[in-house]
Amino acid sequence: MAAKTLTIDGKEVSAQEGATILDAASDAGIKIPTLCHLEGVYDIGSCRLCLVEVTGVAKLLPSCTTHVSEGMDVHTDSERLRKYRRMTLELLFAERNHVCSVCVSNNNCELQALAWQHGMDHVRYDYCFPKWGMDATHPLFGMDHNRCILCTRCVRVCWHIEGAGTKNVAGRGAKSTIIDDLHQPWGESDTCTSCGKCVIACPTGALFSRGSTVGEMVRDRSTLEFIVNAREKKQWIV
Amino acid sequence: MDLDDLNTIAEKERAFHKKTVIRCCTAAGCMSSHADAVKAGLEKAVRDTGLGDRVEVRGVGCMRLCCQGPLVGVEPGGILYEKVTPEDAPSLVASTEGAPTKVARGNPDHPFFRKQMSIVLANSGEIDPERIESYIEAEGYRGLNTVLLEMAPKDAVDCVIKSGLRGRGGAGYPTGLKWATVAKTPAAQKYVVCNADEGDPGAFMDRSVLESDPHSVLEGMAIAGYAVGASQGFIYVRAEYPLAIKRLQTAIRQAKQIGLLGSGIFESPFNFNIDIRIGAGAYVCGEETALMASIEGKRGTPRPRPPFPAESGLWGCPTLINNVETLANIPPIIRKGADWYAAIGTGKSKGTKVFALAGKIANTGLIEVPMGTPLRQIVEEMGGGAPDGAKIKAVQTGGPSGGCIPAHELDTPVDYESLTRLGSIMGSGGMIVMDESTRMPEVARYFMEFCMDESCGKCVPCRAGTVQMHRLLDKIVQREATAGDLSTLEELCDMVRNTSLCGLGQNAPNPVVSTLRFFRDEYLELLRKEPNGEPAVTAGAAPAQNKEAS
Repeated sequence: MAAKTLTIDGKEVSAQEGATILDAASDAGIKIPTLCHLEGVYDIGSCRLCLVEVTGVAKLLPSCTTHVSEGMDVHTDSERLRKYRRMTLELLFAERNHVCSVCVSNNNCELQALAWQHGMDHVRYDYCFPKWGMDATHPLFGMDHNRCILCTRCVRVCWHIEGAGTKNVAGRGAKSTIIDDLHQPWGESDTCTSCGKCVIACPTGALFSRGSTVGEMVRDRSTLEFIVNAREKKQWIV
Repeated sequence: MDLDDLNTIAEKERAFHKKTVIRCCTAAGCMSSHADAVKAGLEKAVRDTGLGDRVEVRGVGCMRLCCQGPLVGVEPGGILYEKVTPEDAPSLVASTEGAPTKVARGNPDHPFFRKQMSIVLANSGEIDPERIESYIEAEGYRGLNTVLLEMAPKDAVDCVIKSGLRGRGGAGYPTGLKWATVAKTPAAQKYVVCNADEGDPGAFMDRSVLESDPHSVLEGMAIAGYAVGASQGFIYVRAEYPLAIKRLQTAIRQAKQIGLLGSGIFESPFNFNIDIRIGAGAYVCGEETALMASIEGKRGTPRPRPPFPAESGLWGCPTLINNVETLANIPPIIRKGADWYAAIGTGKSKGTKVFALAGKIANTGLIEVPMGTPLRQIVEEMGGGAPDGAKIKAVQTGGPSGGCIPAHELDTPVDYESLTRLGSIMGSGGMIVMDESTRMPEVARYFMEFCMDESCGKCVPCRAGTVQMHRLLDKIVQREATAGDLSTLEELCDMVRNTSLCGLGQNAPNPVVSTLRFFRDEYLELLRKEPNGEPAVTAGAAPAQNKEAS
């Protein structure tokens, strides 16, 4: 595989052919904000936070799904991108009911952290206050749809790491929702193996271990990383 | 099956025709006003009067002037009858023998008909869409024969490139270039997909083509298959078009029966099969990557491009996706040559375009005009202007992804570039005419509601952004918005356009942006005023910290 040389934020970076801009940037220590991206599962480019500017390309490109090319000139942190990222975050906060003070993931939440990093001190849009329910039928885990940002990380780990295929998306647009099997209570699912990978993958407080209360839901992603590394790279590092 | 067989079928079909032909429209528009009963009535009247050896009743496709349906045409004489009822049938049949009839007659010399130029719709309203013999009589499958026996795949691609045909689905990508890309991508398996998921409000061109002339699409797909090296085709058609689906199924069955689809077509080594996939009602499935996901049996959501379908499409194989109208243009291009086609239209937009005229216009229906025809000619001359002498205010093209073209820009020629310059798009061909009673912010709100409901929910800007834009538009229409709300809306339009994943989100702000560009006053008028008459800057009822004054 040939190496490609490109420039990210003025810094010369080399990356393997087939690597994404996100890979190349993180190798070079440049942090691009992401939300739907999760190490170990394929990328879908849906959260639009990792959009970057590439000189000569009119459109903004998602860094998680765009492959590097020779001589590419990437800008990850322009004023325009910061503005769009903040708006994206505001839209997410207004969409469902994200109340940090009562959330299991308070202080351990990727959405909260990103909002803080982007200086999101208030939301300019009307809160939608939708009435989403909570699924507490599973003996070990719970799902609060009010905190879901539909990143589908749980769906992807369920299908592609665990291979159970329990989680899926139903509905359309703002009415999209994460479902279990044929839209039945999680606890009644025939396919769920109770592996908990979806809970590990969740960036917000939507999926949680039962019994955790405010700020207690700390996720350890090393388990996912371990499985994927073992499977794909045959590296059994604990 | 060879060329002689085709000619034999055509001759037999010709011999079968009677002196007088009564054509009865059996496309969905007229069917909804009981054209099937009219046709049955006509057939019965012919039987009852014993005129069977002189008069033939033929169910045909769309006869274009949908608002006056059911339409019946009588040849010779070029007579067009409008709003025919089953009770009119005996009198109509008697009139072919010279008896007077009181059935309302249309004017076939009206500019609505006279100014049309039929390539895609050449057979529409003429042939029986449910009989392959009728299509073969009208030069059908001759293009496929020519391509398979006389042309190398590369020649077929070159012919389409030379014709200058551009995609009729909306974006206007050069069709020949797309074909060439798929043809050049090496793969053991390739696919041809016909996008028949026409979903724009007010658009019904593709439906009419499928209902009126399904074989032209099949022939176009087979030619495309040969040119790019594919042996399997899929037609993705929405479930809301049951008649189109039925006629496609009939057409595919008939073509297979006489060996025009299947293995060794025209005794060449070329095999091609076509299957139908029926959409489940999601607008976004008209987007090519979502469409392919749906064909594969997955949730119909778009994915980032590249890779483009031409490199990696259905099940990872190179896939050619063309719209119905694009494919229906192929057989005539092959038959009559690329130069003939390239001579029609304007510099960068060749050929003709079918438009569905709807809204506040006298003549609602289907028209096909050369590219570059001024909008005014389409709307005022052919369409007859707004009914009851009202003044036309704007023409909406391109559906929820398009924009409103104001009346003072009506002299714009209809081609891809001119419409883009005005902030609209050619789109698939829906043309909704609005008169002075239409309020533009309400139009924008309607289209935003459509996009909000049809967003697949995958990417954040489209899923959540359309919700907020719709809220703001609703607030404006309800006269509760401030100047700050308007600038928040404009900021969101910019953000959703630039950050959304697929065309649905990227173009969702278009109706707002284009109405703001040409009808900004209407928005400003609706903004809440302070007691001193100045536009309100701060919000009233809602907590102030939720708003940002600009």
